[in-house]
Amino acid sequence: MKNNKLKILTNGIIKENPILVLILGTCPFLAVTTQASNAIGMGAAVTFVLLCSNIMISLLRKVISDKVRIPCYIVVIASFVTLVQMIVKAYLPDLDKALGLYLPLIVVNCIILGRAEMFANKNSALDSALDAIGMGVGYTLAMLAMASIREIFGAGTWFGIALPVLSENNISIMTMAPGGFAIFGILIAIINKASNGKAIKKKDFSCEGCPSAAACNGQNCAEKREAAAK
Amino acid sequence: MNNMIVSVNPHIYAKDTTQTIMRDVLIALFPAVIASIVLFGVKALLVEVVCVAVAMGCEWVFEKITKKPCTVMDLSAAVTGLILALNLPVDIHLWQAAFGSFVAIIVVKQFFGGIGQNFANPAITARVIMLVAFSGAMTTWAVPAFADATSAATPLAVIAGGEGQLPSLMQMFLGARGGSMGETSCLALLLGGAYLIYRRVISWHTPVAFIGTVLVLTALLGQQPLYQVMAGGLFLGAIFMATDYTTSPPTPAGKLIFGVGCGLITVLIRVWGNYPEGVSFSILLMNILNPYICDWTRTKPFGGVQA
Repeated sequence: MKNNKLKILTNGIIKENPILVLILGTCPFLAVTTQASNAIGMGAAVTFVLLCSNIMISLLRKVISDKVRIPCYIVVIASFVTLVQMIVKAYLPDLDKALGLYLPLIVVNCIILGRAEMFANKNSALDSALDAIGMGVGYTLAMLAMASIREIFGAGTWFGIALPVLSENNISIMTMAPGGFAIFGILIAIINKASNGKAIKKKDFSCEGCPSAAACNGQNCAEKREAAAK
Repeated sequence: MNNMIVSVNPHIYAKDTTQTIMRDVLIALFPAVIASIVLFGVKALLVEVVCVAVAMGCEWVFEKITKKPCTVMDLSAAVTGLILALNLPVDIHLWQAAFGSFVAIIVVKQFFGGIGQNFANPAITARVIMLVAFSGAMTTWAVPAFADATSAATPLAVIAGGEGQLPSLMQMFLGARGGSMGETSCLALLLGGAYLIYRRVISWHTPVAFIGTVLVLTALLGQQPLYQVMAGGLFLGAIFMATDYTTSPPTPAGKLIFGVGCGLITVLIRVWGNYPEGVSFSILLMNILNPYICDWTRTKPFGGVQA
């Protein structure tokens, strides 16, 4: 049982890394990773919101009616994001400026909604908290890796500190959007190679949680399963 | 009676291999290399050696790491490196040139599956990436030998309204003008192109359609067509990069469409775009359209039905 808890915690770091394996929340990932310090700030903000919302949604999972769960999740997430936004604005105005629009946009971040839907509404509060911490750390590590590569080679600095040779010979495309996309792709490739392609699970099609299950009687899934088998 | 045995097809085959074709391309590039050294000095040779060495090195290391069959000896990496080098200004930092080779081989070629699998020409993509990454160093032109102008502005920049004086047409043809090290000497590039067509490594369709479109369109637009044709990287692009097997159509009709498209985009960028030169962008864009051109121009087998 203890082993199981540890597994939930470590799942998000490599095996189900929210960015590099699940490919969720990529918009802020590409946009704010021009500096390592931004990555840490964004990672911390997302982890905090994820932790709070996962616990809250898990506790409310028996109260919330299934039909209106998504609006309820959004309300819960939005309140925590507002909290974070006010704190950051008050105490870290520089970070607030650097993150800009992406801080309030955590509300619609796929990772948070995704974990609420995939994990928190089926598991206990403790498990959900562990899942949130694992996912948050995985997100922050991926952000930090991407931002470090982009900042070191693109601007020749790391956490704002100028590096000796690189700061005069920077490759500015790394901090631009095309460099971001290219490095993102390379990181995904490396993780996929390192985990031998096992990180990405084969998708299992089933009627559970499918919105159109009543209408289709499992026919769609059977077709998809056939296609996947081919 | 051995010659009576019927084996599986193909029954007729040429002795061409990737290696012999790439060797022909290297031979065809030789005049341009000589021209670059004569015009820009020994530094040009140094940049070329670095680009070729890094390209071949990257290919070898990547294929060792991924345990793929080694394709260094088919010389395709050497051709990519050399074409990239000829596309660079002579004063480029050597590490920047090495970065370009790295991008061409690792990112553009090997990540997409190695030789024959890349969706765009590695050398042209690396050049465009370098143009964005090192926009200062990539547009600082050295004054070549035999040029009487003191300014190193490229003829295209002059035509676009920049300062400086246009060189004479003869200087343009021989290469005494500002520009990348391999693109300035039209004479050397034409020699190489003639050799490639003679050896049947490339056909005339793409280069003629490409250069012809630029000539006709700039004449119609009143843009000094002879200068437009010889300026910039048009000859280098049309002869050596737009004819890349992997990223251009195989049929004559497809090649003509490809060349006309390249010429059209080049003129659009040169006349109305922000950049003075558009050859590399045009080839890159047409590379991306290549699968569609191939589809439109697929030849119907004799007696076959329309697919």
